[in-house]
Amino acid sequence: MLKVSIYRYNPETDKAPYMQDYELDTQGKDLMVLDVLELLKAQDPTLSFRRSCREGVCGSDGMNISGRNGLACTTPLSEAARKGKLVLRPLPGLPVIRDLVVDMEQFYEQYKKIEPYLQNDTPAPAIERLQSPEEREKLDGLYECILCACCSTACPSFWWNPDKFIGPAGLLQAYRFLADSRDEATDERLSKLDDPFSVFRCHGIQNCVNVCPKGLNPTRAIGHIRHMLLARAV
Amino acid sequence: MVTTITSFGRSGTFDWLYQRVTAVLLTIYTFFIVGFIFLSKDFGYESWSALFAHRWMRVFTLLALLSTVVHAWIGLWSVITDYITNLLMGAKATVLRLVIELLLAAVAVFYTAWGIEILWGL
Repeated sequence: MLKVSIYRYNPETDKAPYMQDYELDTQGKDLMVLDVLELLKAQDPTLSFRRSCREGVCGSDGMNISGRNGLACTTPLSEAARKGKLVLRPLPGLPVIRDLVVDMEQFYEQYKKIEPYLQNDTPAPAIERLQSPEEREKLDGLYECILCACCSTACPSFWWNPDKFIGPAGLLQAYRFLADSRDEATDERLSKLDDPFSVFRCHGIQNCVNVCPKGLNPTRAIGHIRHMLLARAV
Repeated sequence: MVTTITSFGRSGTFDWLYQRVTAVLLTIYTFFIVGFIFLSKDFGYESWSALFAHRWMRVFTLLALLSTVVHAWIGLWSVITDYITNLLMGAKATVLRLVIELLLAAVAVFYTAWGIEILWGL
């Protein structure tokens, strides 16, 4: 029997959040955490969580799984359960709407700040804006982000200043557009990042790298942004 | 873009660079002083005051002192703005932060003035 302890909170009926224990017969199968949640929801329909694609593409089911942020759909029990026990909590640092569902507003606000779209005022050529294979290669490891918020909510700097620090997810995307040969707003983008909070609250502890379910490296991208800022300032 | 007026250089890049430059300088100074204490044959008042009789040593020490002030300001300012936030404790955080910053500034000015006084024996 698998023991599962889940963070429960319904602001309409509960005064404070609490941990609820469930038991589940997994029949010896190495299920994904999301499968466990679906089976438990069949037992208890009041249990709330977000999910969509169930294959690590949509980024909906980011949560804290036995102390580590990750996607429920791509984390197997063999990785997540310790001594037959699984502990599920919402992503840390964000306001809880209900159970495992968090309010992502602050996260999206930071994403919005970095203007996550290509900016180019030169009239587009007849077919498309071309890139050399080398230029395109620079975007590898950046464009794959699914905005699941596992990294930003594992970052203490984001916990303390979610309104000022862009956070690893936003900064990875900021660099994705800074590194894009087709983007012309590099200088404007850098100007908007040159304050003591937006980029420089990152102290390089690499929690983001440690938890990213897509294996991306926001710390490295932040390092590149720092060097770009430095290069234009000295 | 977040506007700040109490950070050391207003710009994050500036603060970041100065934090590192002062760290390098403080490392060199620490190794030099510790090395001098342990490696000089007859370490005592004589050799110590002979070392500080050199103008370059006084300037080097002053640089280390100013680096400490700058390094401490940038570092502690980060700590204060991390842990004493309005998000965490509301409007009173602004007052608390300002009081601590003023206190830190007073300490910095005091030590700088005192250091110059000691170094040049004014």
